[in-house]
Amino acid sequence: MKFGVIQFPGSTCDYDCFYALNDVLKVEVEFIWHKQTNLEGYDGIILPGGFTYGDYLRVGAIARFSPVMSAVIDYASAGGLVLGICNGFQILTEAGLLPGALMRNNSLHFICKYTYLKVENNQIPHTGSCKGGQVLKVPIAHGDGNYYIDNYGLSELIKNNQIVLRYCEEDGEVTSKANPNGAVYNIAAICNKEGNVLGMMPHPERCVEDCLGSSDGKYIFNSLTSFIKKG
Amino acid sequence: MWLVKIYVTLKKGLLDAQGKATQNALESLGFKEVEEVRIGKYINIEMKGQNQQMVIQRVEEMGKKLLANPVIEDFNYEVEVLK
Repeated sequence: MKFGVIQFPGSTCDYDCFYALNDVLKVEVEFIWHKQTNLEGYDGIILPGGFTYGDYLRVGAIARFSPVMSAVIDYASAGGLVLGICNGFQILTEAGLLPGALMRNNSLHFICKYTYLKVENNQIPHTGSCKGGQVLKVPIAHGDGNYYIDNYGLSELIKNNQIVLRYCEEDGEVTSKANPNGAVYNIAAICNKEGNVLGMMPHPERCVEDCLGSSDGKYIFNSLTSFIKKG
Repeated sequence: MWLVKIYVTLKKGLLDAQGKATQNALESLGFKEVEEVRIGKYINIEMKGQNQQMVIQRVEEMGKKLLANPVIEDFNYEVEVLK
């Protein structure tokens, strides 16, 4: 089993993703420079968080045209597992692999704190090790995490079970108070219709050991590795 | 040569948090007449093109492919001859 973590100019969470997979989960992982155009041999591709191209123009707008992104689109279309975290999520929406867009937080503040997330869909490879309705404690760190989609798009997401994680209270209740950034429907993570591409604003790679305040991020990575092992 | 002035703004109806914060600041400075502030991007492009129609066609493509995100943004522009 081998994962690839894409490094764009301005990626900042690439080493955290590498550490989570290599040191904590003990699986093989390689960095992929954004100029690479071949993704053969990887069981999963991760687009890490950061500030690719300085967030110029719009978050993720320039990275979306990095040479590796055509390969990511082909990889995803062929059913390959893709996980976009934070800026990675923003790049996936810009690339059209996921619907909607990430806007400036409604408070205008950059928010870095632990949040609680309710697992709305545990039927995809990225959340298969979670129980339905389980609450995960995972931190966010973003200025542009305010997920937007129009009403029709939201109804499609709900109908197709594409909403994977929602911001909630510690007990799992989804409230407007628990919404850190103004995201439509408290959305923290969505997947594509096929369920092989997940974008999430919270950072699972930042909470893979108890000393970090939570190890719930392991649920995401364990779900992926269990899915791959099952073949 | 042509000069294209491009304006990218958040769609009407979407909360413009920057605009709202700026509006509040203007109000607190005594500019009570301000009804709404919306903040966007201004992009200046100098480009070659045989005629205005072709320039417009290319600029429309730029807007769709990169300069604006149609999910959340509107895209407007003015084309002038660059002297």
